[in-house]
Amino acid sequence: MKSSFKHKSSKAEALFVKLTTGCAIIIIALMAGFFLQLLWHSLPALKAFGVQFLFSAAWDPVRDLYGAAGAVYGTLVTTLIALCIAVPLSFIIALFLVELAPPWLATVMGHALDLLAAIPSIIYGMWGLFILIPIMQNYVQPFIGSTLHLKCLPFFSGEPSGSGYLTGGLILALMILPFICAVMRDVFKMVPRVVKEAAYGIGCTTTEVSFKITLRYGLQGMLGAVFLGLGRAVGETMALLYVIGNAPEVSKSLFAPGTTIAATLANNFAEADGLFKSSLFELGLILLIITFLIQVAAQLWLNRVREKSGGGL
Amino acid sequence: MKKRGLFLRKALNNATAACAFLATCAGVVFLFWILYTVISMGVTGLSWSFLIEPTKPYGIPDGGIANAVIGTFLITMGAVAIAVPTGMLGGIYLAEFSNKSRLGKTIRFSANVMMGMPSILVGLFVYTLIVIPTGKFSGFAGSIALAIIMFPVVLRTTEDMLSMVPNTLRESALALGIPRWKATLALLFREVRSGLVTGVLLAVARVSGETAPLLFTALWSDSWPAGYFTQPTANLTVTINEYATNSPYDEMHIRAWGAALLVTAAILVLNICCRTIFREKKS
Repeated sequence: MKSSFKHKSSKAEALFVKLTTGCAIIIIALMAGFFLQLLWHSLPALKAFGVQFLFSAAWDPVRDLYGAAGAVYGTLVTTLIALCIAVPLSFIIALFLVELAPPWLATVMGHALDLLAAIPSIIYGMWGLFILIPIMQNYVQPFIGSTLHLKCLPFFSGEPSGSGYLTGGLILALMILPFICAVMRDVFKMVPRVVKEAAYGIGCTTTEVSFKITLRYGLQGMLGAVFLGLGRAVGETMALLYVIGNAPEVSKSLFAPGTTIAATLANNFAEADGLFKSSLFELGLILLIITFLIQVAAQLWLNRVREKSGGGL
Repeated sequence: MKKRGLFLRKALNNATAACAFLATCAGVVFLFWILYTVISMGVTGLSWSFLIEPTKPYGIPDGGIANAVIGTFLITMGAVAIAVPTGMLGGIYLAEFSNKSRLGKTIRFSANVMMGMPSILVGLFVYTLIVIPTGKFSGFAGSIALAIIMFPVVLRTTEDMLSMVPNTLRESALALGIPRWKATLALLFREVRSGLVTGVLLAVARVSGETAPLLFTALWSDSWPAGYFTQPTANLTVTINEYATNSPYDEMHIRAWGAALLVTAAILVLNICCRTIFREKKS
C-alpha cells in the first residue's frame, strides 16, 4: 500500500516536471520558428534580388522590382530621432522624480508616465494623424524652415507637409519615453547612498552629483535602457503608419514623407502577391534580425551590469 | 579642476531643477493631451445605438461597433486561454526545476528576447503558420498571435513571483509529504496569487490594444463574430484602423474615435486597477 502510493506520486511528479519543461521549451521553438518561417517565405525574393535587395531603393510593383533601402533608412532615421529626444529627456525626468520631487509628487507623476506606456500604439497613431500633423505642418515645420532660416540645410528643405520622418520620430520618442525612463529611475536609485552623500558632503550641488556621480556610476545601466528603447522603437508599426507618409523613398529632408519596415509591411501586405509578398517577408526577416541583435545585445549587457552591481536593476 | 563661483553653481543647479520639472510636466501634459483628444472626440461618437448595433458594410456611415467589441473580447479571451496555462507551467519550470541549468538560462534568455519582439512580426509569423496552410483569416489565428505576445510575459511573471516565495514554505510543504506538484499548485500559487493576477491582467491590457498582429490574422469584417474559427472576425483596433485611414468621411472618423475611446478607457481602467490593488497588497 505504502510503496504503491509512493510509486504513483513519483509518476505524477515526473509527469509534472515533463509538462512544465515542455511548456517552457515552447518559447525556444517559437523563436526558431520565427526565423525558419520568415526565411522560407522570403526565399523567392532572396533568389530574385540577392544582396542587392538591401541597397536598392527601387519599389515598383508594376515591374516587380523591390528593394529595402527606403524602408531600412526610414526605420533607422525615425529611431535615431526618437532616441535623440527620448534619452536626454528621460534622464532629466528621472533626475527630477528621484532626486528633486517630493515623494507624493514623484509617485503621482511616475504613475502618469507609466500610463503613457499603456496607451495602445494605434491611439498614438490617430493622435498623430489628426492633431500632431496639422500642428507640425502649420507651426513647427514653417518655424524651423522659414523663421529660423534653416531651409538651406538639406535636413530641413522641402515643403512642410506635416507627415514624414520628423513627425514619426517625435511620436516614437513619446512612446519609448516611459520605458527608458523606468530604467533610468532604477539607475538613479542604484547609486549607493554613501557615494552620493560623500559628494554632497564636500559641497556638490544636486546637479553636480547627478551629472558627475550618478551619470558615471550608472552609465552602463543607462546604455541598457537605450538598447531597450531602441528595440521598442525599431518595430513600432501603427503609430508610425499614420504619420510617416508611406513613400518608399530615401530622402535627406526630415520633412519628406518616407516609410519604415513595419509600416511598409502593414501598408502593402493586403494587396501583395507573389514576388511582392515574398519581398515583404524578406523585409520582415530584416526587421527580425535587427530586433534580435538589439535584444540579444541588451540582454547580455544588462546581465553583465546586473552581475557587476549585484542586483538592483 | 576648473574653479567656478558659488553663485554660478547654484544658478546652474536651479536651472537644471527647473528644466527637470518642466520636462516631467511635458511628459505628463502629453499624456493628458492624448487622453483629452480621445475623450473629447470619442464622446461625440458614443451613443446607445453605436454600442449595440453591428458595423455596416463599407461606405455606409451609420451603424455601431457591437460586433467588434464582442470580437475583441473573443480574440483576447482565446489568447488568455492559450497563453496563461502554458505560460504559468513554463514559469514553474524556470522557478522550481531549472536549477540554474543551461536549458533554464536559454529559456529565460529567449523569453526576454521574445518580450521585445515587434508585434507585427508575430502577426507575420502566425500568417505563415495558420493563414497560409488553412487559406483562411480567422479570429482564432488572431488569438494565437496575441497568445504568442502574452506567453513570454506570463512565463517571466510567474517565475519572478514564484522565486520571491521563501524556500522555508517549500521545505515545510515537502516535509509534510506533499508531492512537489501539489505543493507548487496548491501552496505556492496561493501565496503569489495577487501578483500573478496583476501580471496576467497587465498582459491582457497590453494585447487587447494590439492592432498590427490582427491585420495579418483576424482581419476585419462587418458581421457578428459567428465564424471565430473560420472567418475574418471583427475587432475594435482594426475597425479603428479601417475607419480612421481608409475612409474620407468625417462621420467614420468620429466612429473611429468612439471606438478608440472604448479601447483606451478599458485599458487604462485595467491598468489603474491593477496598480492600486497590487500596491495595497504589497504594503
